[in-house]
Amino acid sequence: MVEFLQFTLSGIVFGMVYAAIALSLVLIWRGTRLLNFAQGGMAMFTTYVAIEVIYKTHSYWAGFVIALAAGLVLGAVCELTVVRPTTGKPPLNAVIVTIGLLILIEGLAGIFFGGQYRSFPAAFSIIGLRVGGTPIGVSRFDVFVALAVLAATLVLAAAFRYTAAGLRMRAAAFNPTIARLSGIRVGRVLTVGWALAGLLGALAGVLVSPSTFLYPNSMDAIFVYGFTAAVIGGLDSAVGAVVGGLILGVVLSYAGGYVGGSVGSDLTSLVALGILVAVLMIRPDGLFGGARMRRV
Amino acid sequence: MAIVVAVIVVFLSIKLNSFRDYQIAEIAFEVTAVAGLTVLTGLSGQISLGHAAFMAIGGYTTALVLLHLAWPFYVVLLVAAAVTAVAGAVVGAAAARLRGPYLAGATLLLGVALPAIAYAWPATFGGDQGLNVSFTTPAFLGANFPPTRWLAWVAALVALIVMVLLANLNHSRIGRNWRAVRDDDVAAALDGINVAAARILAFVVSATCAGLAGALLAIVTTLVGPGSFTLTVSISLLTAAVIGGLGSLAGALWGSLVIVLVPTYVTDVATSHGLSASVGSNIPIVAYGVLLILVMLLFPQGIQGGLQRLFSLFSGPDQKPRTWRTAPTPHVTPSADQAAASQHEKEGTL
Repeated sequence: MVEFLQFTLSGIVFGMVYAAIALSLVLIWRGTRLLNFAQGGMAMFTTYVAIEVIYKTHSYWAGFVIALAAGLVLGAVCELTVVRPTTGKPPLNAVIVTIGLLILIEGLAGIFFGGQYRSFPAAFSIIGLRVGGTPIGVSRFDVFVALAVLAATLVLAAAFRYTAAGLRMRAAAFNPTIARLSGIRVGRVLTVGWALAGLLGALAGVLVSPSTFLYPNSMDAIFVYGFTAAVIGGLDSAVGAVVGGLILGVVLSYAGGYVGGSVGSDLTSLVALGILVAVLMIRPDGLFGGARMRRV
Repeated sequence: MAIVVAVIVVFLSIKLNSFRDYQIAEIAFEVTAVAGLTVLTGLSGQISLGHAAFMAIGGYTTALVLLHLAWPFYVVLLVAAAVTAVAGAVVGAAAARLRGPYLAGATLLLGVALPAIAYAWPATFGGDQGLNVSFTTPAFLGANFPPTRWLAWVAALVALIVMVLLANLNHSRIGRNWRAVRDDDVAAALDGINVAAARILAFVVSATCAGLAGALLAIVTTLVGPGSFTLTVSISLLTAAVIGGLGSLAGALWGSLVIVLVPTYVTDVATSHGLSASVGSNIPIVAYGVLLILVMLLFPQGIQGGLQRLFSLFSGPDQKPRTWRTAPTPHVTPSADQAAASQHEKEGTL
């Protein structure tokens, strides 16, 4: 029972990181109908920026804030420079452009920061918390990870629902032509969407790197699981992204924990494939992707 | 055409050194896999981000059969093709319901998950180390015949046969059905085409090509391991197909040339300029990324599309009114592939 609780809690923590990546993908998908394969690479790059700042200033929070700011800028720059010119071309072209962007960013990271594995500091203690003497499987930093993603999600959701800028973004995603006719600068809105996605990715990168090490490909696996989470939840749905991330994180945690040994960790991607296939066989557009809402 | 290419390959393989022979073999199996992916994505309109999984199935089948049964290599190639065809049917049946990004996500995870099996059962699949593939040149060529030249011949021959078969398939009723399904699945269904069957068949054909490519890879590199079939491989296959031009099989050749030759060439240039290790090893990666972006922005229809545009510039307007006899009305009848491209734009499949 204690084991079950430990696995569930640590699964939720990882699930929240997947959810952050999934959310960034959903943001871009809703705005531009494009899968951004460079999302993981962008997050990796901003995490390198964070580690450099932390080494220079000896302040974790300076690195944290600058990483998020770098994410905003990087997202906007990518949209303006390479993604915008793909408008009106076949959609696979845009996908290949983001793949090219990913390769470019990983190469640049190798040049600027070197290819070796680097450890990334955590904001709080990573020693497991105990409740009445029993370890509950998560540390103080893990709690911070979950709360940070949750806070970012809630702030974004509130901004989309209650602010004028959020309304413009929803309108541009819903129907770009009509949005443009009613005076919304759709191009600018898309840039903001990419910037926000870059910020979410940067957040995920800073939060996950203490447990994975940092190297030019370090976010690839996280990206794959974030993408999986977005597909499970339905690419059109922000709620779906969070739910998909949590499902994936918790189930993978059970698989890794209960199967045990090296077989368990080797098979996590197979388990993820199993979940994805099971969900898509029942709902080909993801859990929350269709017009009807359904709890599973 | 095929004979001309065969003569060129034989000539080149004799003229060039063994490293170039190795590259010919490498290009040949890339072409085989990319051509299969061109059929799947370009003709039937389904995306696969995990095609290395099929290559892995073909490669490991080859390695296991050669290891335990020691059959002649052409039988092994057929066995590998048959096994991946079955795998393609299974995946295709699951994929027939999925669209756009959902299919992309499922195939991506397939490509990531399948090589993990090799880690999970190291006794059978050799784990991280992979399996060694032993391959000897046939006796009639003599003892001094360079093995890489023989490998280049074998790989190029398989690639040629696959290309000819795919081209015939493309021009047959099956190819027309695929294009109909790609352009509008509802209209295709109303015309009496079994949409699901057409989609699954495309997956089977495409997976078989990838399986053959994996088998060739196993023989050429004398090793199959999880590292040969990573996500990067899957993505570079799709990249090659799109860069070359999804509309035609010739595009598969251009795309494969790009993804095999450009990284090697840039590495040569970078090392000859004496750059430091971390810079020198990453310059090719950066150049490759920039190249992908530029080709996609400058040649939206890929290299083959760009070549066709150049060609029509020089050959003048007599190319265009090809359809005047059947369509005397002044409205423009776009060619099938242009129509498909614009169709995709409207739908926004990805």
